[in-house]
Amino acid sequence: MPTNITRDELQELICGGAQLVDVLPPAEFAEFHLPGAMSIPLKDLDATTTAGLSRDKPVAVY
Amino acid sequence: MSPRAAWRLESLGFTEVYDYVGGKADWIAGGLPVEGELANVPRAIDVVKQDVPTCGPFDRIADISDQVEAAREDVCIVTNDEGIVLGRLRRRALTSDGGKDVHEVMEPGPTTTRADAELEGLVERLDSAGVRSMLITTPEGRLLGVVYREDAERYLAERR
Repeated sequence: MPTNITRDELQELICGGAQLVDVLPPAEFAEFHLPGAMSIPLKDLDATTTAGLSRDKPVAVY
Repeated sequence: MSPRAAWRLESLGFTEVYDYVGGKADWIAGGLPVEGELANVPRAIDVVKQDVPTCGPFDRIADISDQVEAAREDVCIVTNDEGIVLGRLRRRALTSDGGKDVHEVMEPGPTTTRADAELEGLVERLDSAGVRSMLITTPEGRLLGVVYREDAERYLAERR
């Protein structure tokens, strides 16, 4: 079950090496996004687009 | 959007999935940097005045009017214990009946904007609405402060 996190908790996760995924539409990602985030829009989220992510590391989405 | 994405990732085999529901607006509300084509565009958070008078819904008008007067403000923002914006008290209400509680005379549900709102568009909205300020909140509705039109216009002019 996914865990809801706060801004502070996200920063801790990022420092610990978590993967960060922006699931907003590409245009919104292009405008501005969190440092280090990769763009995988919600409607494109599948096994192929997430192949570059490690299943063994935490992943945070926004 | 992000809750569905988090569940989708779990269904794809990710075992440790976190959902930052606050998203970009909350990140910017914390004054943290962003990247992208519009990363450096002036936003509400850049000019928000944080030290504005606040009060609770069950405070007595007589008890808070001095606080607002001392702060040289025209309004007092009504929040609950969590800092969530419930209403607004204008000067007229503050001087009307000191024996009443705040919730009896406040304007409930004032318009608010998020910290990542582009400042230029916000000024245009203030102009067209004929108002001089806007409350800024987190995505959950927690008060961050107030943006005054004159502060925003000055900030934009300095950057042109």
